[in-house]
Amino acid sequence: MHGIEFDIAHLLAGSLVLVSFLMLYQDRLYALLNIYALHAAVLALSVAWQAFIQHAPHLYLTAAIALGFKAIIIPVALHRIIVRLGIHREIETVVGVGLTMLAGIGLVALSMVIMLRVTPGADPLAREDLAFALSVVLIGLLVMVTRRNAVSQVVGFMSLENGLVLAATGAKGMPLVVEISVAFSVLIAFIVIGIFLFRIRERFDTVDMRALDRFRGERQ
Amino acid sequence: MIDALTGVLLIPVASAALLAILPGYRMTARINVVAALATFLTACSLFLIQPVTGPYLLVDDLNKVFIVLTTFVAFTTSVFSASYIGHEIDVGRLTPTFVRFYHAMYQIMMFGMNLALVANNIGLMWVAIELATLTTVLMVGIYRTHEALEAAWKYFILGSVGIALALFGTILVYMAARPVIGEGLDAMVWTILVTRASQFDPALLNVAFVFLLLGYGTKVGLAPLHAWLPDAHAEGPTPISAVLSGLLLNVALYALLRFKMLLALNPAAIAPGPLMVTLGLISALFAAFMLYRRRDIKRMFAYSSIEHMGIIVFAFGMGGALANFAGLLHMTMHSLTKSAIFFAVGHIAQVKGTQKIADMGGLTVTHPVLGWGLVLGVVAIAGLPPLGIFMSEFLVVSSTFAREPWLATLLVLAILIALGGLFLRLNTIAFGEPRGPAAPAEASYVPMFAHLALVFTAGIYMPPALVTGFENVARLLG
Repeated sequence: MHGIEFDIAHLLAGSLVLVSFLMLYQDRLYALLNIYALHAAVLALSVAWQAFIQHAPHLYLTAAIALGFKAIIIPVALHRIIVRLGIHREIETVVGVGLTMLAGIGLVALSMVIMLRVTPGADPLAREDLAFALSVVLIGLLVMVTRRNAVSQVVGFMSLENGLVLAATGAKGMPLVVEISVAFSVLIAFIVIGIFLFRIRERFDTVDMRALDRFRGERQ
Repeated sequence: MIDALTGVLLIPVASAALLAILPGYRMTARINVVAALATFLTACSLFLIQPVTGPYLLVDDLNKVFIVLTTFVAFTTSVFSASYIGHEIDVGRLTPTFVRFYHAMYQIMMFGMNLALVANNIGLMWVAIELATLTTVLMVGIYRTHEALEAAWKYFILGSVGIALALFGTILVYMAARPVIGEGLDAMVWTILVTRASQFDPALLNVAFVFLLLGYGTKVGLAPLHAWLPDAHAEGPTPISAVLSGLLLNVALYALLRFKMLLALNPAAIAPGPLMVTLGLISALFAAFMLYRRRDIKRMFAYSSIEHMGIIVFAFGMGGALANFAGLLHMTMHSLTKSAIFFAVGHIAQVKGTQKIADMGGLTVTHPVLGWGLVLGVVAIAGLPPLGIFMSEFLVVSSTFAREPWLATLLVLAILIALGGLFLRLNTIAFGEPRGPAAPAEASYVPMFAHLALVFTAGIYMPPALVTGFENVARLLG
């Protein structure tokens, strides 16, 4: 098991965690979206590699969804949305880069400690995968709580979800992985459409009311 | 072959498709009622004919109770919804297009909840709960006001995070089952998981349960994770508040209970009880205090739902035949009572044109039927004898006193504080100086009083068949 296959899987899952870290300190929305596209592309590679070494052709479908939908369609759509909303120039005040990075490192350490300790019996590939996946999930949560802008929160959620897909594909032979990744894509599409339709700019507290009134006026 | 089990799933899907294309709200509202009734009757027939358990669907004693309760409340809510929506169209808060969308979503939500309840597969159950969540998010935001969108967004984000955590837990359960059962579908099937649970890796199961508790606990509305619940209840249409409180919280609770059963079968895993007891107690106490500062009537009853879900999770966490029985009874009574209260509140908010408690008063004088209906509902939900909730709360408290007197004291404290908070507000709303418009209400009182009558009867007399049924389920829960 500890051959080249394991090393490549390890490399790809590890890169996903690194890209998650990149996400933590982006203060411009465009940059954040580009990093997210990279995140999804790395995920697609990682899933495709898992499909190859597990001889599970259905996982190629999940990889294709990750590449086509998450790495291309969603970032492009969000690019256009933030231009329409007029927030593409906004600079977000992230809660101290140093502090967030430290918190991120702490979360990765935490997930390594938890997952590696509870899974000594599992096969090493799945084990490492789960530990990395939990790190990605926790960093995704961290991105969500340190941002105020609705779009960057959604990006945080989507990176969290990439971590879940990594975990699901790492669990060898898990059924319904494709179905679950489709269900998640539907969820994300809903969120993105929601941002666009409702012009949600900031977390929970501001909505562009003028745009909303115009919208209602059109309907009546 | 179409049996009752597929019927429970197919009727909502078919009627959702039908409702999405039919115009005219009067007819669609009626079709909605008929479809909900048909689903309820089909669900009842599950008691007569036991369907076969497959790799995807399952019916046992535990989920029969949940399915029948869910479909019943969904049916009565659809009756209430018909008159509620009629009024909303008359005052122009909803347009016919939105109503068409609303009815289709109502049936899809029914499908999601029924599927979650009959799923024999932990992955399928997760997908179904996600579906039910998505549809309720859309309905919470249906009024398109600033507050409604904000509430829907908050519900969406918190619900999604909860659902993501639950999925991670689900994957971990599969990881724990795989070495024992083998790869593939079998390692996600409840009926197979349960038979082999004692051989699973306990450490992995423990971590999985923590994720599942946090994930599905968000949907149950347990205290540190409840932030979406009051907003979603207050800003959406009232029938949706009734369904959220009465049904969706139960469905998430059902998922938790299934995983709890799995853990209980593994002697080396942590006992899930103490975790649930702690979260339940925190929720009950927290929500009881929060009842005092509420200005919005729907928000107040949303906090009351958090309190009762706390009590129910507490009871199931205590475990044992008696506490499980009490939890099950309390869940049933709470669903019936809380939806009855929301039926009353919906019409009250419509006649008064507001949800602010300060702007409504003297309801027993201006609208005697609605006013006294609300009084009866609040008396029931506060847990006064001789109504059903008194029975179940008494059972929870007395069974806890025998084992952990301190916990029982805290629980009694929460119940009493909540009682004070509810009556303080009820006094203003129902008695007090008449305030606000006094125009007669065009309301359907039947669903509300039907629920209250059931709760009242259950407080005095429980049919022996029901008692044995609940006892069986309580034993099953361990």
